[in-house]
Amino acid sequence: MTNAILQIDNVSRVFPGVRGGAPVRALEPTSLRVEQNDFITILGPSGCGKSTLLRIVAGLDRPSGGRVLLNGREIKGPGADRGMVFQSYTLFPWLTIAENIAYGLREKGVPKSERRDIVASYTEKVGLRGFENHYPKQLSGGMQQRTAIARALANDPAILLLDEPFGALDNQTRGLMQELLLGIWERERKTVLFVTHDIEEAIFLASRVIVMTARPGRIKADISVELPHPRHYTMKTTPEFSSLKAQLTEEIRHEAIEADVAR
Amino acid sequence: MPRPLEPVGQSTRITLGISFFILFFAAWAFATLGGFVSRTFLADPITMMQDGWLLLTRFGFLGDIGVTVWRVVGGFILAAIIAVPIGILMGAYKSFEAFLEPFVSFARYLPASAFVPLLILWAGIGEMQKLLVIFIGSVFQIILMVAVAVGNTRRDLVEAAYTLGSKDQGVVKRVLIPANAPEIAEILRLVLGWAWTYVIVAELIGSSSGIGHMIIDSQALLATGQMIFGIIIIGIIGLISDFLFKALNRSLFPWRLA
Ligand SMILES: Nc1ncnc2c1ncn2[C@@H]1O[C@H](COP(=O)(O)OP(=O)(O)OP(=O)(O)O)[C@@H](O)[C@H]1O
Ligand SMILES: [Mg+2]
Repeated sequence: MTNAILQIDNVSRVFPGVRGGAPVRALEPTSLRVEQNDFITILGPSGCGKSTLLRIVAGLDRPSGGRVLLNGREIKGPGADRGMVFQSYTLFPWLTIAENIAYGLREKGVPKSERRDIVASYTEKVGLRGFENHYPKQLSGGMQQRTAIARALANDPAILLLDEPFGALDNQTRGLMQELLLGIWERERKTVLFVTHDIEEAIFLASRVIVMTARPGRIKADISVELPHPRHYTMKTTPEFSSLKAQLTEEIRHEAIEADVAR
Repeated sequence: MPRPLEPVGQSTRITLGISFFILFFAAWAFATLGGFVSRTFLADPITMMQDGWLLLTRFGFLGDIGVTVWRVVGGFILAAIIAVPIGILMGAYKSFEAFLEPFVSFARYLPASAFVPLLILWAGIGEMQKLLVIFIGSVFQIILMVAVAVGNTRRDLVEAAYTLGSKDQGVVKRVLIPANAPEIAEILRLVLGWAWTYVIVAELIGSSSGIGHMIIDSQALLATGQMIFGIIIIGIIGLISDFLFKALNRSLFPWRLA
């Protein structure tokens, strides 16, 4: 019970029915404790409420019941202490890459020279040196998501929330991005909540994998991943990795079938 | 054969654009100089050019052009200064929108030209009245279009700004406004085009200067060459202002084209 940075207490979400339809129970009461420096991946079939849960933590959506505590304080709305990377590309198109990364710092009133140093360091970390003055449109999807990660990190949030950030990328790029993110996490020891529906991605990145059930979403399993750090992509072929993958595949398969029946 | 949506090169585009003008003037010259249309009703291009030259050199038509341009620009800038902020606030704050939108939508359909007689009663026939016609014609259009543009800002960009620590004011200033600035500029370009039609109406009635006044004067003299010259001048000024506006937008918002 010591250093839980984030505490999700019986959080549920019911969306009102559309055009007189029945209300949608997107999320059953869900509880989760996130410790400092955890890298938690949330794995679940499409429509199980992963995004809903993450948006509630971000403060972009309100729970119908329950509450979320960050460092002991209840979350009432969005704030700079929770950095978010969205599945869609959300860089500000009118700002250059450097200005995008500096956005949160500017909102905070960080002086210009300090801002420049932080931006330079994160541009470096996500491998975008030389693209500082490009506009988002001039970058590939992978580069845009790297910028989005840098933009969230530059703000030095207490927790980083990522909603399928690599979902739209091809396999190779996705693999590289996973290593990049993991490298940053290993060095900086951030606390991360990462939503995905890719089993390999969930295992490779996580210190804990949370498996959610099909709609209405609920936490079904909480599996800690004891694979050593630093992790290298070759780890995906080790027996330990494979057995974890088999276990999670079984869990998720069941859910996918349920979801299909429910549909 | 051209295929749907296939782009054309810059030089082809210019050539094609100019060739229609040539075609248009050729047809006009053919109809008038060939004697198919009475010269009382439609002057031929050559007479038009001669009349135009006379207007410019002898009758101080440049002054009229200047007056008209100033009226359009003055009324338009006045409208923009008031309408753009209101439109932004309406787009950003839904209660403000609910408050003003029905009235603005109604006012938008009040024809500016129908206000001319009323405005003469209120403001006389001075410059104020001309500016007010332009103002009334433009202000509601700008408000409504800007409000729609701002209201359609990508939600995910706004949400991203909030998670980066923006407060409500920051979202308006540093997301809603810059995100929609190019579209607002485009709206202004469009409405400026409409403003030209209002100014002429304002000048047709109770005016002693301006392009519209010259056209009405020429009508009394059956000088169709002069009238057509005046109309064409309006078109040319419109074309130039459009071009300048586009160039300005391009240089102000490079990210749009990046
Ligand atoms: N704004 C909304 N209004 C009504 N229903 C909603 C809304 N947002 C989400 N839902 C419903 O809540 C459920 C969970 O949605 P959510 O986006 O959280 O799923 P997800 O797990 O992120 O799925 P995916 O992996 O496809 O992104 C869905 O069934 C969806 O229909
Ligand atoms: Mg989702």
